[in-house]
Amino acid sequence: MSAPSQSAPQTDAPPPDIPEPGAGHPLLRLLTETTALIFVVLLVLVAVFSALRPQAFATVATATNIAIASATLLVIAVGMTFVIITAGIDLSVGSVLVFSSVVAVKAMEQVGGAQGWASVAAGVVAALLAGLLWGLINGFLIAKAKIPPLIVTLGTLGAALGFAQLITGGIDLRGVPRELVVSVGLGGLFGVPWLVIVALTVTAVAVVALRLTRFGRYTLAIGSNPEAARRVGINVDRHLLKVYAIAGTLSGLAGVMSLARFTTTTIAGHTTDNLQAIAAVVIGGTSLFGGIGTILGTVVGVFIPVILQYGFVIMRVDPFWQTVAVGIVLIAAVYVDQLKRAARERL
Amino acid sequence: MTAAPLLEAIGIRKRYGHVEALRGADFCVDRGEVVALIGDNGAGKSTLVKVLAGVTQPDGGEILFDGEPVGLDDPTTVRAMGIETVYQDLALAPDLDPSANLFLGREALRPGLLGRLGFLDKAAMSQRTRQAFAELGAGVQSYSAPVGYLSGGQRQSIAVGRAAAWASRLVFMDEPTAALGVVQSKKVLELVRRVRDTGIGVVFISHNMPHVFEVADRIEVMRLGRRAARFRPDETSMEEVVAAMTGAFVQEEAS
Ligand SMILES: Nc1ncnc2c1ncn2[C@@H]1O[C@H](COP(=O)(O)OP(=O)(O)OP(=O)(O)O)[C@@H](O)[C@H]1O
Ligand SMILES: [Mg+2]
Repeated sequence: MSAPSQSAPQTDAPPPDIPEPGAGHPLLRLLTETTALIFVVLLVLVAVFSALRPQAFATVATATNIAIASATLLVIAVGMTFVIITAGIDLSVGSVLVFSSVVAVKAMEQVGGAQGWASVAAGVVAALLAGLLWGLINGFLIAKAKIPPLIVTLGTLGAALGFAQLITGGIDLRGVPRELVVSVGLGGLFGVPWLVIVALTVTAVAVVALRLTRFGRYTLAIGSNPEAARRVGINVDRHLLKVYAIAGTLSGLAGVMSLARFTTTTIAGHTTDNLQAIAAVVIGGTSLFGGIGTILGTVVGVFIPVILQYGFVIMRVDPFWQTVAVGIVLIAAVYVDQLKRAARERL
Repeated sequence: MTAAPLLEAIGIRKRYGHVEALRGADFCVDRGEVVALIGDNGAGKSTLVKVLAGVTQPDGGEILFDGEPVGLDDPTTVRAMGIETVYQDLALAPDLDPSANLFLGREALRPGLLGRLGFLDKAAMSQRTRQAFAELGAGVQSYSAPVGYLSGGQRQSIAVGRAAAWASRLVFMDEPTAALGVVQSKKVLELVRRVRDTGIGVVFISHNMPHVFEVADRIEVMRLGRRAARFRPDETSMEEVVAAMTGAFVQEEAS
């Protein structure tokens, strides 16, 4: 059987009695366009800061700084978006990043003594595999052992960081090849930093995967109603395993990006990465209850806190206000999500 | 065509903790036949359907399809056999649109390389969705809104339409008219007859006796996890059927 239209009983069925009137009430429609809404918020912020301090804010240098500062978080947040769409959560991303970067430095010391491109390649592969491994552990415990994601990833948050500290004795490793730091960390292509290019590539692939492929469709379906997905024969456990594996691998990639940027492991520097990523995803309109979400929303959600931070610094507002502002935006985003749910709370 | 019925379940047992949902349930449906499966709340109708749809594993019993013993151990196998199910809870993904729900688990992919990479053929799916629901006479109000925004009746129409569109041998409908108004109920009953007339077996679960008597070729009554009686609608009365449901009338003793 290839298509419903072929197997559907074909008789003198009456035509549909209700013509299609679009997607319902206009207000509902606006609420469903959270991504559009939050994008407008971002544009307004940029416009306001640019208007108030054009020489300081609306410059290529500022834009580049903001982009570099956001690149690592963006990669993590993209993975987090898939996880949250399945109604899951991954608290371990920052620790997995640290663990992966430690493993990468160790691998780069082994191969070519932390010099040359072969050494860099070994480090990248090691970091990705380390991230993948933690992702598989998370996915296995969540999908097969049925332990709640919050608990599993809280456990691996501690475990991954603990292993990183055991390997290093708690002291940051500095053996990062010059090639990685100079080319990737500082260099760019046509003025666009490599770190930003990597982050944008990951983002673009994720947009396509979520919107246009069966993988993305299953991710949304599982988040929306896992039992329905199971009953149509989707292998829910295997899909969840894949989603957490992707999130872990992207954390591994972020580990390499962090090495390239800071020329050292930053063991103590990623304790809030998980919360920042979750905030970005949620501000971007992805529902913590699963089933709804976009990558582009997450991109906006990553940039809003960073723009606020830069904007406040330039405006000489006490930067502590940034934390307050992000908190308010986060709560507002979840509130909008709740309103949306209430509007369709019938299933 | 074989003399064996399309699907026969013998002595199905299923226990949930302390609850024995099915205690040796028998059931039978043939090609081109509408069997109404009725029984009081908790009689085990939905459990039996889930067992026969492959989503719940029975503790015991035998299932014959076309006279052959089959193991219905996962939903994909069952769907590949041409068996579709409208679940009592509908089993739709509320955040996805009607087309995504109709094709859930059997998405159409783009031709060529893109398809092998898993790219969806959304245009083809949405076009076939409109066509399928139009043919079924299901009044889907919006093809672009997530189905969670549609009315309960419209969601039910989508679940019924999905099952009818894909079934080639047998459809289970667990209370497909429960949320429907008079007009939509009539359409579902018409649809049941049309599906039957193509030679597909239909199992129709309902608490609505007029609906049952209107559409059924046979009636099987469940009580306390097993079959209590079998009737032909033209040889019985609602009183007798209801008596069988409540245990006042016993036709089949426990084996
Ligand atoms: N997943 C489950 N876990 C525990 N008990 C269950 C489960 N599913 C069904 N049961 C129990 O099995 C019995 C039969 O339930 P079932 O849903 O099959 O009845 P039903 O005939 O479909 O009733 P209704 O007409 O109300 O839909 C009930 O006592 C119910 O509580
Ligand atoms: Mg039931």
